[in-house]
Amino acid sequence: MSLSVENVSKRFGRFAALDRVSLAAVDGEFLALLGPSGSGKTSLLRVLAGLSRPDEGRVLFGGEDFLRLSPRERRVGMVFQHYALFRHMTVADNVAFGLKVRPRRDRPPGTEIAARVKRLLALVQLEGLDKRYPAQLSGGQRQRVALARALAIEPRMLLLDEPFGALDAKVRRELRRWLRQIHDETGVTTVFVTHDQEEAMDLADRVVVLNAGRVEQIGRPAELQAAPATAFVFDFLGDSNRLPCKVVDGHAMFDGGFSAPALGPVRDAPHAVARFRPHEVDLAVEGGVPVTITHLSARGALIRAECQAEDGALFEVDLLRDATPGSLAAGAKVRLRPRRVFVFAEAAAT
Amino acid sequence: MTARRWIEPSVLPGFGPALGFTLFWLGLLVVLPLAALVARPWELGLEGFWRSVTEPRVLAALRLSFGAALAAAAVNVVFGLVVTWVLVRYDFPGRRFADAVVDLPFALPTAVAGIALTAIYAGNGWIGSFLEPLGIKVAYTPLGVLVAMVFVGLPFVVRSVQPVMQDLDAELEEAAETLGANPVQRVVKVILPALAPACVTGFALAFARALGEYGSVIFIAGNMPLVSEIAPLLIVIRLEQFDYAGAAAVGLVMLGLAALGLLTINLSQVILARRGAA
Repeated sequence: MSLSVENVSKRFGRFAALDRVSLAAVDGEFLALLGPSGSGKTSLLRVLAGLSRPDEGRVLFGGEDFLRLSPRERRVGMVFQHYALFRHMTVADNVAFGLKVRPRRDRPPGTEIAARVKRLLALVQLEGLDKRYPAQLSGGQRQRVALARALAIEPRMLLLDEPFGALDAKVRRELRRWLRQIHDETGVTTVFVTHDQEEAMDLADRVVVLNAGRVEQIGRPAELQAAPATAFVFDFLGDSNRLPCKVVDGHAMFDGGFSAPALGPVRDAPHAVARFRPHEVDLAVEGGVPVTITHLSARGALIRAECQAEDGALFEVDLLRDATPGSLAAGAKVRLRPRRVFVFAEAAAT
Repeated sequence: MTARRWIEPSVLPGFGPALGFTLFWLGLLVVLPLAALVARPWELGLEGFWRSVTEPRVLAALRLSFGAALAAAAVNVVFGLVVTWVLVRYDFPGRRFADAVVDLPFALPTAVAGIALTAIYAGNGWIGSFLEPLGIKVAYTPLGVLVAMVFVGLPFVVRSVQPVMQDLDAELEEAAETLGANPVQRVVKVILPALAPACVTGFALAFARALGEYGSVIFIAGNMPLVSEIAPLLIVIRLEQFDYAGAAAVGLVMLGLAALGLLTINLSQVILARRGAA
């Protein structure tokens, strides 16, 4: 079923956790809410779950006014960062909880509950651990129990609040791939909160970038990379270099007499800041920012060079290892020339 | 083959002296007096001991002491939970004051508490005068014993459960709610099981305190032999009659039964705790 959030605001005292947030998800979509801490992503998720009421705005789900329903009536599956498993229950009892608390007339018979628990534990690859207690499981296993528990009620929507935040990097990548698989199998509309842009880009159909309670941009991962709408989105989605410039007719002109095509909303500006990614830089012999390489580090096929200009500005540059002369070393003086840059309206203020 | 060590080596220094001191201290303060108690009654001989502790008056006193202490602990667990719930879960004017009031039974000399309770529950007291027409007599009956024991035991339950309830993760209840549990189910299936180990601790402490309570009980009980006389009082009476062996005999039976009771409670605690935190 489709989800529609319209102008939702939520304040805590004078702090606006959500400021007129609007977004929509189609049936079966995997949506990521991405932002730094304090950006409102968890507040929004709690509004969707019914654990918190917005001050203003509407939430529609399948055309139904969601705000009128209690969390119990919404039938959404919620997965918390710290699992929130019931410690005094076995894994099987945790998973069965949502079925066992149903009123008698809606409750499946015991044998069916047991069968469904078994099926779910197979789905999350925890067969044979049904008699264990949560304390006897690893973090990754606990989170899979939490997901099975949320799926047991056949949720109309799945909400995940930084579910992999407390796990180490390797387990995280594994669970990420596996979560996407489960989503594709069950086809349930999923909203996923994360502060890890790589996770959001990797998992989601579309990403909602939040900052200070507002939506900065909504788009497919590739769209966000190709056409970030604001300086915040550009900076949040990857490493970013900055260089003052002036923009004339879609070209960023730099001191030293070189220029680069300027992408982004600003076509003409006397004072602006050009932003560019480390991998969109060439080393030039002349016509470029004169810098000194301070540090080189190998990263697979790339070499990351940290550079410092005479005025102290720092730049990060990724060079292809195979195309880089072996003589390049820390202390070398080179010139950087961005291949293309982004210029945003807000950037002028910074 | 490596020899199994008696203790695992610890990075903390001073295990030897610390253990030595602990054993010395426990021995001096707890074991030695109790050993004297265990040794004393046998001057009556096995048969004399048996006769001494199976007198109807002794049996009635033991029954009252243990029965009322168990009942008081049970009452305290139920109402202590309610009090704790209110103190922890709601914010209201005077909450800190109410929180402090809980500790008063700790601090009050028990005789003062006994006199105050007696004054209130006597037939002409504030509460007693309302209960009397209903045919309920509290002061000078076993019910009075129960009231006094409930009074002294309350803080133990509240202070045992309070920190655990404070640390209870709100996400647990939220998870239960999104899974469809109604408020009663959330309390019964999620919150109470999480509090169970602390409740058992509070029960054990309140039980132990009520069993050993003397000062407040003797004022309100009326101390009628076979009816409202508690075992500790019987011990005092025997001591006053210079029947030291007879007093020690009752004391020894109390010690044995109390140890048995606490052991049972602690065992159930271990079982409860093992489920949560293996």
